[in-house]
Amino acid sequence: MTELCDLSGAALSAKLAGGEVSAVEILESSLGRADAIDDRVGAFLTRTPELAHERAEELDVYRATGAPLSPVAGIPTALKDVFTTNGVRTTCASRILENYVPPYDSTAWARLSGDGAVLVGKTNCDEFAMGSSNENSAFGLVHNPWDPTRVPGGSSGGSAAAVAAGEAVWALGTDTGGSVRQPASLCGVVGLKPTYGLISRFGLIAFASSLDTVGTLTRSVRDAATLLSALGGKDPRDATSLDGDRLDYTEGLEDGVSGLRVGVVAEASGEGVEPGVRTAVEAAVERLAALGAEVAEAHLPHAEYALSAYYLIAPSECSSNLARYDGVRYGLRAGGTHADSVAMMFETRGQGFGPEVKRRVMLGTYALSAGYYEAYYGQAQKVRTLIIRDYEAAFERFDVLASPTSPTTAFPIGAKVDDPMAMYLNDIFTIPANLSGMPAVSVPCGMDDQGLPVGLQLTAPVLGERTILRAASALEADLGLGLRPPILA
Amino acid sequence: MPVDIDIEHVARLARIQLTDDEKARLKVELGVILEHAARVGEVAADHITPTAYAIPRANVLREDVPEPCLPVEEALRNAPDREGDRVKVPRITEIGS
Repeated sequence: MTELCDLSGAALSAKLAGGEVSAVEILESSLGRADAIDDRVGAFLTRTPELAHERAEELDVYRATGAPLSPVAGIPTALKDVFTTNGVRTTCASRILENYVPPYDSTAWARLSGDGAVLVGKTNCDEFAMGSSNENSAFGLVHNPWDPTRVPGGSSGGSAAAVAAGEAVWALGTDTGGSVRQPASLCGVVGLKPTYGLISRFGLIAFASSLDTVGTLTRSVRDAATLLSALGGKDPRDATSLDGDRLDYTEGLEDGVSGLRVGVVAEASGEGVEPGVRTAVEAAVERLAALGAEVAEAHLPHAEYALSAYYLIAPSECSSNLARYDGVRYGLRAGGTHADSVAMMFETRGQGFGPEVKRRVMLGTYALSAGYYEAYYGQAQKVRTLIIRDYEAAFERFDVLASPTSPTTAFPIGAKVDDPMAMYLNDIFTIPANLSGMPAVSVPCGMDDQGLPVGLQLTAPVLGERTILRAASALEADLGLGLRPPILA
Repeated sequence: MPVDIDIEHVARLARIQLTDDEKARLKVELGVILEHAARVGEVAADHITPTAYAIPRANVLREDVPEPCLPVEEALRNAPDREGDRVKVPRITEIGS
């Protein structure tokens, strides 16, 4: 049965404005869903029902005065546990931050909170957002609502699963190499990674600073546009945040795709793409053509080097960013007596970091070390230039590029944990948009023959969010999938 | 060929204590990952300028105006150990010679 928590943010906001429901009723529906199923999903690391109740009650009092509400007001919202929340534990799914309670809000949460969004909890993820299956969390697995024996994707796996299962109406994630789009694809929700710098990274606990992007997980394209409208705009606390005011990304959302030039990325349709994914993506592209888009083949000749470049750039930046976890000012400090502070740091980091974080810190440390910097990090940065040039050339002919979001649908838990390279290949189609800073969205486009959702990725040039949202919205309306995962049966 | 790495040296640089099992596993895994990653050298010619940030920005300045900062108690709340208004750590000077 469809409950309030299954509706979109837009539908709930209209009901609130019309006085049909209260913020408390919406919240209780969402909390009730999490109570009923989260022991089977594992989406949350921390739930905040008391804080949420206080907030919803305040909002209902405010609403009774007849004051206008923001479209995010009263909507049950989940945050990946890498966004700092004042007074609410923020762990990055790592032992090293297990008991960390930030004294400040991230800008992304401050903006939503300021507009009246209701925080229902902090979601599980891969440790420090490093992973593609959520299996790198120090605090347990997340199960895909479409099949609990399968992964939800990662690293924003808890956010994607929570939204798919109605435990939150929408959620924020972060996307450094595909960590919003890939779990969105595997869980059958919409995942938007905007242009690098469009949403402030202040208070987003850093993984790889030149790639980290705040993104949204929603059950409709309109909700993605609504959240982006609330989140965007210059933040003086992030030097990489782009100039410009908040814009309304819902404008023109339903203008359709007539005349839109869609390039289908040839390099993303070859080997390694599951037949079920290929079939669904091809069918979706045919629908775009039927709706009036001009479809042709596009090429990104250096795409095959993107994964190599990413696995030098991201670990290098990570090894630098994660140097701050030294057991001195906050976070874990290894117990016992230590000969000196350096010995304490070695032990703290040895105990506090999980296997994937150690792997990437070690990889980055090596790639940046004397004698290797130019051969690895320096060369990877040149490949980044080549990839940006590829995109620039492609966008002379096309408005939007289309590809699968992920080469596979959700895979079984445990299937790839012992093979880092196989795991890294999950992100092969999503990484180029991080290297180039360009916006990309994953929108559900069908199912494979096992009944698992498939995502179509649409990419646009820098600040082309409106174009990909418009195309995704047209496809969503045309397909009318009405996805409902079996866990809700 | 997988890249041969001095794991002990890298672990010292990274300040991470590793078990013997971890060292053995990482030596193999990093060797394989780096073999794949080294492919960047196939196309990264000398004349190509490197990109550090996809959307470069330079000299991002703001007015130099004092703003309220965290009270001492808030700032120290997450400290593993403290003495008065300071964070306390084990000895930071080397012992003896």
